Amino acid sequence: MLKSSLGLIALSSLLLSGTAFAQEKIKVGVTATLEGTYTVLGEDGMRGHQTALNVLGKKIGDKELEFIVASTDATPDSAVRAVRKLIEQDKVQILLSPLSGDEGIAVKNFAKTHPELTFVNAASGAQETTYVDPAPNFFRYNMDGAQWQVGLGKYAYETKGYRKIATVGEDYSFIYTQVFGLVLEFCGAGGQVTNRQWVPLGTKDFASVIAALPDDVDAIYLGLGGADAVNFLNQYQQAGGKAHLMGGSIMIDQTILSSKGSAKNALIGTIAASGQADTWEDPGWQKFVKAYQDSFPESKRFPSPSLLATNYYGSTMALILALRQVNGDLSNNQAKLKDALAKIEIDAPNGKIKLDANRQAIGTNFVTEVVDDGKGALFSKVVKVIPNVNQTLGYDPAVFAKIGLPSRTVPECKKY
Amino acid sequence: MARFIERHPAWALIVIIAVAVLLWLVFAIWPPGLEAAIGRKRVFLNAVLNGITLGGLYFLVASGFTLIFGLMRNVNLAHGSLYLFGGYIGYAISTWTGSWILSFIVAFIAAALVGVILQLAVFRRMEGQDLRQTMVTIGLSIVFADLMLWVFGGDFYQVQTPSWLIGPVQLPLLTAIKSSGEPVYLQYPLVRLVIFAASVVIGIAMWLALNRTRIGMIVRAGVDDRDILAATGVRIQLVFVLVFALGAGLAGIAGVVGGTFQSLSPGEDTRFLLASLVVVIVGGMGSIPGAALGAVIIGLAEQLGSVYIPTYAIVVTFLIMVVVLALRPQGLLARR
Repeated sequence: MLKSSLGLIALSSLLLSGTAFAQEKIKVGVTATLEGTYTVLGEDGMRGHQTALNVLGKKIGDKELEFIVASTDATPDSAVRAVRKLIEQDKVQILLSPLSGDEGIAVKNFAKTHPELTFVNAASGAQETTYVDPAPNFFRYNMDGAQWQVGLGKYAYETKGYRKIATVGEDYSFIYTQVFGLVLEFCGAGGQVTNRQWVPLGTKDFASVIAALPDDVDAIYLGLGGADAVNFLNQYQQAGGKAHLMGGSIMIDQTILSSKGSAKNALIGTIAASGQADTWEDPGWQKFVKAYQDSFPESKRFPSPSLLATNYYGSTMALILALRQVNGDLSNNQAKLKDALAKIEIDAPNGKIKLDANRQAIGTNFVTEVVDDGKGALFSKVVKVIPNVNQTLGYDPAVFAKIGLPSRTVPECKKY
Repeated sequence: MARFIERHPAWALIVIIAVAVLLWLVFAIWPPGLEAAIGRKRVFLNAVLNGITLGGLYFLVASGFTLIFGLMRNVNLAHGSLYLFGGYIGYAISTWTGSWILSFIVAFIAAALVGVILQLAVFRRMEGQDLRQTMVTIGLSIVFADLMLWVFGGDFYQVQTPSWLIGPVQLPLLTAIKSSGEPVYLQYPLVRLVIFAASVVIGIAMWLALNRTRIGMIVRAGVDDRDILAATGVRIQLVFVLVFALGAGLAGIAGVVGGTFQSLSPGEDTRFLLASLVVVIVGGMGSIPGAALGAVIIGLAEQLGSVYIPTYAIVVTFLIMVVVLALRPQGLLARR
């Protein structure tokens, strides 16, 4: 008796909720790296996404957005699996995916098999995703790894006086792209990159990698993220490392700067470049930081949003604004939405963003330096703001094409 | 040893030559030709020491695993969860009290308690049903992983190293001679040496406890024949609980060690479960010396691999496992 009445209640509440939300829904699938090495990055990405929903709301005219989240672990096959599940089981119409570089390339290729749907990149930053054979239904509102390094090479060479550097990076497309951007600019200015070490994503014990770092360089560039970055710093400190450091965009980021423990203190004074700077004075940025802080209790967020939160915020914002422009019209294989997405210019927290012909963001980049706020929290302080950074990094497209695609050894250290 | 040489003279010769080459590589000043071929001696020595110290950590995790398996024939696939749990507890205690040593004690006790509960509430109810136990422990490990994600979040935690352990020490190992004739000695992180020494002490203590005490005798008898032991009037269930507590506690301690020189985050549980599985498969299921040998082999393979063949470093450990399974499926030091 009890069982059946419980069942009745459950059924009726289901029906009730059905009538309460009778309005039409637009289903959006979201993926984030909520497992593995990049868990923290995925979590903060989702916070950025939630902040965007808090600020902009979920209403598109008389329709309502419904988000379905799937988890990945930064590997391309996990991303494709998640996206396929969202499309086939959950019947989503639009995707906000993925977070990490290799995932981006895989999802872009997968997007071609579903030309009727729309894919908005959430945060991934490999160059190849939008540069080589781009998918017409894949839109990226964040810059790629190379764009995020613009300004760092020159600053290191001219202001800091570094002449010879070595790099350590995770062995996958996003970090290749970051090192690509760094090497082009640093070597173009006259510097030398003597050694490039690559470690598998998810390396825990860096002791031997640290021992193999050359001594005769002015600085060491770290292209690591998530757990890898924390482990590296911890063991670097234990080994008594003293070299100047330079950081990639997910190395000098709140995901690492607010990790628990003292390893992060090795980063104070480190120079880096990224699509954002924590202490930027711009009112739009400050407003976003405030919205992020207000959306979550202090223990459930970082002191300031990470690059991933900013990217998820930007891509969610672009999607919602474009949907509103077309009033949620997804007819004719979402043609109107795709058109609107390609043309839209958004006032993202980290500067104005518009897309190029490959549907790749042109935006603002920041050179930063890590500072201690006096209370033990670390932030990236703006050193230089560089607007209008495009995917070919200001090079003539023909010259840029000759450099080759980012890889372990490309580009060579020379002036192109 | 002498019997081994008599029975396998060819193998013994190969082992002796390998050991001699290794000793020469460690103690001699490398001629320039060798440095040009395989890189600086400092890098090599560091990789070897790192491999051995990493092996110390693997041994701590795997010894508990192999002990539990040896006595109870119970493949506890929630062992990685105990590792991560111990690490988190150690982190909480060390930040709360500021004492690194205390964090080990509390982590040991906490993980051991979980072990006792597991043994009493789960394994005792399904004794002798290997497959069922295995499935249940897989399920438990997933539940534990989500519970810990809920409580501790996806952040990275590092157990604070006490200040007297931070930084490198100079070891009496020559890495090079400067052109001025001044010798260059190897610098090595102190904390790794201390942790390695601790795992050696724990290993020896375990060996002594197993081979020189009455409890150890009972445990060894239990490994050989549980039923006869129970028939002689030993309270076998109590022994099971004790061994499970010890094995789980060791995993807890290993968690604090791992949190000190690496970091703790979701996913570490399965990584260390996998590592201890590989270690005991290579060393021999149920054998403590086997776990020690397996741990050092896997640690060295990982570290030397990451320096000399970085692209294939991940494969090396599994290759070793495949070779061992093909040539000596019971493991290197297992008794038949």
